[in-house]
Amino acid sequence: MGKAESINIIVEYCKGCEICVELCPTKVLDMKDFKAHVADLDKCIACMQCELRCPDFAIEVYKKG
Amino acid sequence: MAYDYSKYLRAGKIPHIWCPGCGYGIIMKSLIRAIDATGIDKDDIVLTSGIGCASRLPGYMDFNTLHTTHGRSLAFATGVKVANPKLKVIALGGDGDMTAIGGNHFIHACRRNIDITCFVFNNYIYGMTGGQYSPTTPKNSKATTAPYGNADNQFDIAQLAIGAGATFVARTTTYHAVPMEKLIKQALDHKGFSVVEIMAGCPTGYGRKNKQGSPANMILWQKENAVPANKAKEMSEEEMAGKFAIGVLHEVQKAEYVEAYDAQVGLK
Ligand SMILES: Cc1ncc(C[n+]2csc(CCOP(=O)(O)OP(=O)(O)O)c2C)c(N)n1
Ligand code: SF4
Ligand code: SF4
Ligand code: SF4
Ligand SMILES: [Mg+2]
Repeated sequence: MGKAESINIIVEYCKGCEICVELCPTKVLDMKDFKAHVADLDKCIACMQCELRCPDFAIEVYKKG
Repeated sequence: MAYDYSKYLRAGKIPHIWCPGCGYGIIMKSLIRAIDATGIDKDDIVLTSGIGCASRLPGYMDFNTLHTTHGRSLAFATGVKVANPKLKVIALGGDGDMTAIGGNHFIHACRRNIDITCFVFNNYIYGMTGGQYSPTTPKNSKATTAPYGNADNQFDIAQLAIGAGATFVARTTTYHAVPMEKLIKQALDHKGFSVVEIMAGCPTGYGRKNKQGSPANMILWQKENAVPANKAKEMSEEEMAGKFAIGVLHEVQKAEYVEAYDAQVGLK
């Protein structure tokens, strides 16, 4: 089971740079219609690297608990 | 819990104008977290900038802000600090802004040791105007004004700051988002002139021309070439070729300019 309750992609802010997709250590994210997209939430280890490195305030990780 | 940045952002200003994958958004977020960690009141902060993509940052931030003329971020910041020393003054700019047209202001602010925190966003290029080489563009790198490769030697911003007399000097990168936040806080807490050189990718103006791959690749390049300061000290010049030291590079205490000036003229 993954460590995140949910991952919120704010599509109006996302510029599709793919930083979050490429730097996620467990391949939780992919691209859909040129925006970041959550492919497999269960793989998320809640390391927060996608949220910290998104230049556009477009991804929020809500940890479990 | 996701981090709530909204307290420090001007309402309705996001999305910002920076290109997809530009490192500056990562810096802005680390800066917000660091400022929040200092506990300083928003209204006691003045953020100045010059001209360039980096210098667009204050427009998004809910502080007292001054977007000035090219290279003059520190000139305005100095005026603010001297007029009202109680304010926390932060001056930022790009590598061109701070070390080309504004290089003179930069070295003299270092020399004076005025209590200002200075952030130089180093993306190796003039991003805003279309990718002309700057004083930090690496030798042989391509730029619109160096189609055969850059012939110039590169400025080392941190070494320049140390040589000119800054009393806190550090370097970090957008790969190191959390360590960056800690270093920015340390710089803000330092009394005197502090400089943090922040390595950031410009995929549009530098990355494309120099075949650096995706924005994520440019961030990983920083990880691969950054050497912690204590390790860098043990390495030879050859071993450090193409690499750069990160962390606190210099920290000393010295008389602060405004206080020294007041004492000199008998105001204190
Ligand atoms: C007096 C003056 N000269 C030249 C310019 C044109 N100009 C605008 S931004 C810039 C360079 C920006 O480079 P840098 O400071 O590295 O910022 P970046 O865009 O890379 O963040 C130049 C030359 C100007 N605005 N004013
Ligand atoms: S928190 Fe970490 S593991 Fe989860 S999606 Fe983001 S980068 Fe991937
Ligand atoms: S890092 Fe941010 S802007 Fe870039 S693709 Fe991911 S969510 Fe979108
Ligand atoms: S030109 Fe470069 S520095 Fe300017 S916004 Fe685009 S990526 Fe960022
Ligand atoms: Mg630049």
